[in-house]
Amino acid sequence: MNDIVKRSAADIVRDVSAKRISARDVTEAVLARVDEVDDRLGCYLTRLHDRARQQAQHVDERVAAGERLPLAGVPLAVKDNMCLAGTRTTAASKILENWIAPYTATAVQRMLDAGAIPIGKSNLDEFAMGSSCENSALGVTRNPYDLKRVPGGSSGGSAAAVAAFEAAIGLGSDTGGSIREPGAFCNVVGFKPTYGRVSRYGLIAFASSLDQIGPLTRTVEDAALAYDAMAGHDPMDSTSIDRPVEPAASSLRDDLKGLRIGIVKEFETAKLGPEIDALYKRAYEELAGLGAELVEVALPTADYGLATYYLIAPAECSSNLARFDGVRYGLRVDGADVGQMYEQTRAAGFGAEVKRRILIGTYALSSGYYDAYYVKAQKARTMFAQDFRKAFERCDLIAAPAASSPAFEFDSKSDPYSMYMMDYYTIPMSLAGLPALSVPCGYAGTPALPMGLQLAAPLFEEAKLLGAAHAYERATAHAAKGTVAV
Amino acid sequence: MTVKTQYEAVIGIECHVELKTRSKMFCACANEFGGEPNTKVCPVCLALPGSLPVANAEAIRHMIRAGLAFGASIPAFSKFDRKNYFYPDMPKDYQISQYDMPLTLGGTVRYWLEDGTLKECKLTRIHLEEDTGKSMHGGGGDGRIAGSSFSLIDFNRAGVPLMECVSEPDLRSAQEAVGYLESLKRTFVQLGVSDVKMEEGSLRCDANVSIRPAGSSELGTKTEIKNMNSFRSVLRAIESEIERQTAIMESGGRIVQETRGWDEGQGETHSMRSKEEAHDYRYFPDPDLVPIEIGAALIEELRKTIPVLPPQRFAKYREYGMDAKQATQLVDNSALADYYDASVAAGANAQASMNFVLGDLSRLANETGIAASESVVTPAALAELVTLVEGKTINSKIAKELLERMWAGEGSPKAIVEKEGLTQTSDTGEIEKLIDDILAANEKAATDYKAGKTNILGFLTGAVMKASRGKANPALVNELLRKKLE
Amino acid sequence: MASDKIDVRYVAKLARIALTQDEVERFGKQLGDLLEHVNVLSELETSAVPATAQVVESTNVERSDEAGPCLDRETVLSMAPQRQGAFFRVPKIIAEP
Repeated sequence: MNDIVKRSAADIVRDVSAKRISARDVTEAVLARVDEVDDRLGCYLTRLHDRARQQAQHVDERVAAGERLPLAGVPLAVKDNMCLAGTRTTAASKILENWIAPYTATAVQRMLDAGAIPIGKSNLDEFAMGSSCENSALGVTRNPYDLKRVPGGSSGGSAAAVAAFEAAIGLGSDTGGSIREPGAFCNVVGFKPTYGRVSRYGLIAFASSLDQIGPLTRTVEDAALAYDAMAGHDPMDSTSIDRPVEPAASSLRDDLKGLRIGIVKEFETAKLGPEIDALYKRAYEELAGLGAELVEVALPTADYGLATYYLIAPAECSSNLARFDGVRYGLRVDGADVGQMYEQTRAAGFGAEVKRRILIGTYALSSGYYDAYYVKAQKARTMFAQDFRKAFERCDLIAAPAASSPAFEFDSKSDPYSMYMMDYYTIPMSLAGLPALSVPCGYAGTPALPMGLQLAAPLFEEAKLLGAAHAYERATAHAAKGTVAV
Repeated sequence: MTVKTQYEAVIGIECHVELKTRSKMFCACANEFGGEPNTKVCPVCLALPGSLPVANAEAIRHMIRAGLAFGASIPAFSKFDRKNYFYPDMPKDYQISQYDMPLTLGGTVRYWLEDGTLKECKLTRIHLEEDTGKSMHGGGGDGRIAGSSFSLIDFNRAGVPLMECVSEPDLRSAQEAVGYLESLKRTFVQLGVSDVKMEEGSLRCDANVSIRPAGSSELGTKTEIKNMNSFRSVLRAIESEIERQTAIMESGGRIVQETRGWDEGQGETHSMRSKEEAHDYRYFPDPDLVPIEIGAALIEELRKTIPVLPPQRFAKYREYGMDAKQATQLVDNSALADYYDASVAAGANAQASMNFVLGDLSRLANETGIAASESVVTPAALAELVTLVEGKTINSKIAKELLERMWAGEGSPKAIVEKEGLTQTSDTGEIEKLIDDILAANEKAATDYKAGKTNILGFLTGAVMKASRGKANPALVNELLRKKLE
Repeated sequence: MASDKIDVRYVAKLARIALTQDEVERFGKQLGDLLEHVNVLSELETSAVPATAQVVESTNVERSDEAGPCLDRETVLSMAPQRQGAFFRVPKIIAEP
C-alpha cells in the first residue's frame, strides 16, 4: 500500500497546494488501493476511475494557475444516494439500478468545486434505510476491521472506504444515525451537521424532515474541512438554512476547559454490559480529564425516540418513494394496465425493508390513523426539541454512546426491531435536528472492535462541537490503536 | 288533481385556474402553453430522485390578490400539503396542494346573468397547487381513456401553478353557474393572475349538482360532473343533469352519489364509477417546504394593486343607463372600459360618453386597427368633445367629424372648433336666411312637399346644414323649414 | 391510540406494491409488532404540545419568478422505460384519478 493513501485530507491539501505532490499522484495511489482491496470490501457500487483522473488533472491545472482550493486533491467517496451528473446513481436499489443522474447534488458539487476527487459511489442500505448495509440490493460491504462483520449503515460504504484508505473523505447521509453508527463501527469520525445546514438538493430523499448530509473522515480536522466546503444556504433547497456558517476548521481546540458536558441520565450504559459500560464511563472521564465539567442532564423522552422516529420517517418515505413508479425512469415491470405495472414494478424494485417502511408509513398517514400516529409523533418530536433545549441550559455539549454495540456479524439481526434498536442513542438528536458526531473512543468485544463516542451540540453549534471532538481525538488517539484487516 | 312537485337545483363549482407566471410553481421551467412535448421539464418537475421544490413568490402574490378581489380573508399562516395518489401524469405521485390551511378563505363572487340581474355566490376557499402533465390516450377509444390500450405523456404542464376555487352550493341554475364562471374569468383576467383560456385548458371545472323540492332547505344527493370543456358545455351539462335528476325523482327513483362525465357529442352525462377503491389521499404537511406567513403589510401592498373589477364596473355601467349587453361588452374590453372610466372621471357625461365609446370610437378603432386606448385621442379630449356637444356648443354631426379629425391627430376639439368657427349656430335670422336661399334654389322641392311628399324635408335639412358648413342646430333647421313650407 | 390490526393488503394497495401471500403474512406480523412498539407513544401527554413539522423554524422561503434552463429532451427521454416519439408511454389507464 502506497502511504499516500493513509494521509489525512488536511495533509493532502497542504501538500497538493504546495505542489509537493500532485492531485494525480494522490488519485492514482487511491485508485490502486481501490483496485487492490475493494473486490473484498465492496465499499463502492460504482468506481469512477476515469472521472477521478479527469478531475485530478483539472485540480492540478487550477493549483498550477495559483488557485487556492480547500480540498485540493482529496479523494472522495460519494454515498450512492447523491446525484453526480453522468454517473449511475442507484440508492442501492434495483429500482434505480441503471439510472444515470443528469444533475449533481449541491453538496457533491461544492466538494468538487473545492478540489475533491470523486473515487466512486459508495454502498448503502437501500434508500438509506438500515443500520448495516445489509439492505443494499446491489452489493455487500464488509467492515474493514473484521470482514465477517457489517460496516454499519446506512452510510456503510463511505465509512468502510474511509477506514480502508479507499478515500480520505466519505459523504454520508444521516436520518436517524446513518453517519454516526457506521462511523463508530468503522473507527472513523462520522459527523451529522444541524438539519438544514447542508443542502439536500440531489440527495435521494428518505425522510425529508430528518435527512442531512455530512462527512465520514479519519480525523476531526478533515470533518471540519469537509463541513466548511459543503455547509451553507442553497436556494434549491427550501429547508436549507440561510444564515452564516461559522468556519469549523479554524475552531479546533486542544482542551475542553470551560465546557460543561452533559451526560444523559436516561442513557444508562449499564444495560449494554459491563465492558461497554466501562468503556463509555472511561470515555466520559477522558472528557473530564481534558478540563470539561461533567453534568447530568435529563432527556425524559429518551425511550420514545424509536417510536417517534419509526412513525415520522416511514410516513415521509412512503410519500417520497411514490415517484418510483416505472413511468419516467428506473425499473419497469410490465402489467396489463398502469395500476398493475405500478404494483409489479414496486414489488420487484424495492427490497423487504423498504417495503416494510413504505407500508407502515402509508398506514400511519391513512384515514383514521393520521392523528393517532403521525400527528402524535410530531408532537412527541416537539417534546424532544424542548427536552434538549432544557438540557442545553445546563451544558454546552452532550456526550452519549454512538451505538449500543460494536459491529455485528452478517445476518445476526433477523428481527427488524432489533436492528432499529441500533439507533437508540442517535435518533433523539436527529428528531431535534441537532448537530452530532461520533468519534472513536476505544474497542470492545472479542475480537476487539471499534466503538464510538457521540457528541451533540445545540442547533448551529457545529464549530464548538468539532472543536471539542478534536481535543478528545488528539488526547486519546483511539483510532490509531486499531488496524484494518486489509 | 295532484300538484306536481317543483324542484330547484343546488350547484357548487370547483374550478382549477392556471396562474400566469413566467416559471412553474416549484421550479424554474417556463410556464408556457404548448411547445414540443417534454421540453419544459427539469429534475424538479419530472420528480427525478433528489430534486426539491421551491415555491414561486409571484404565484403566492397572485393568490392573495385573487382572494382580496373577492373579499376573502387571508390567514396569517398557510402551508403546503402533499396529496398522495398515483397517476402516470403526476410525476411525484403526490400533488403539492393545500389541505387545511389554504391561502384564502371565504369571499364572495358577484356575477350577473344575461338579462343583467346581479347575483352573488360565496366562495369556500381558494388554494394553491401544482398542475399535472398531460396524458393522451391511444390505441382505440378515440382519445378517451375507455377503450384505449396505452397512454402517452407530456410533462410540460407538470408543475404549472394552479389555483383551485371552491364555491359554496349557492348556484341555482346552469345559467347562474355560467354567470359565476364568467365573472371568475373576467376577474382573473382583470387582475392579471391568469389568461383563463379554456381552449388551452387553463380553466377547468367540475360541478356538484343536486336537486330538492323548491323551498326546501335540505340538500339532496349530489353528483359531480366532469369533462366540461367550455362555458357552453357547462351550461348544457348542468341542464342535462338537472333534467336527469328531476326525471329520476319524478319517477320515484333515488339519485346515486357518483362522478359523471359530460359527453359533448351525446349531450348527456354518464357514470364514471370505476372499480378502483376509494381514495385515501393521506394529506400531510410537505416536509420539503416551509410555511408561509402573510403579514398585514404585504396584504396592504397587494390591496393597492387591485383594479376596479368587472362586477363593480358592470353594476356602475348599469346605473349609467347602459343595457346589460352594452355594459357586458364594455366590461369585457377592459382597456376600453378603463378609457371610458377615465373620460367620465375627466368630466364627460356618462351616457353621452358611452355613445361615443361604443359607437364612433369603437368604429374608428375597428377601421384603423388601433385600440382607442392606444390612439391619440385621450380620455380627456373625448370628455372635452362630449362636453361641447352636451353644452350645445357643437352639434352631433360636427362632433362626429371632429372625432375623426382628432383621431387623425389634428388636436383638441376646442382648438379646432375655435379656429374654424364650428360653433353651432341657433341664430334664427341666420338660419332663415340660409333656408330662403335653399328654397329659392329648389322650388320644385317646396312644391313637392306641399303636394304631400314630406320626406323631402330630410333632403332640404341636409342642404341647409351643408350650407351652414354643419354648424346650424339641426333641430332648429328642421323646425324653421317646416314652418316655411307649411 | 389505534390498536386495530393492520390491514396489510389495503395498505399495500394504497402504496401500490404487489405482495405475495408470504409477504402479506410476514409483513403483517412484523408491522403488527412494530405498531405495538410505537404504541408506547400513547403514554406521552401531548394535548398541550404543538406538532413539529420542521425542527429548525423557517418561513416564507420563496424563489423569484424567473424562468431558467430545462433539461435536454433526449436526456429526459433516454431515461424512459418506454417512450414513443417525444412522449413517455405507459400501459392503459383504467380510470381518471
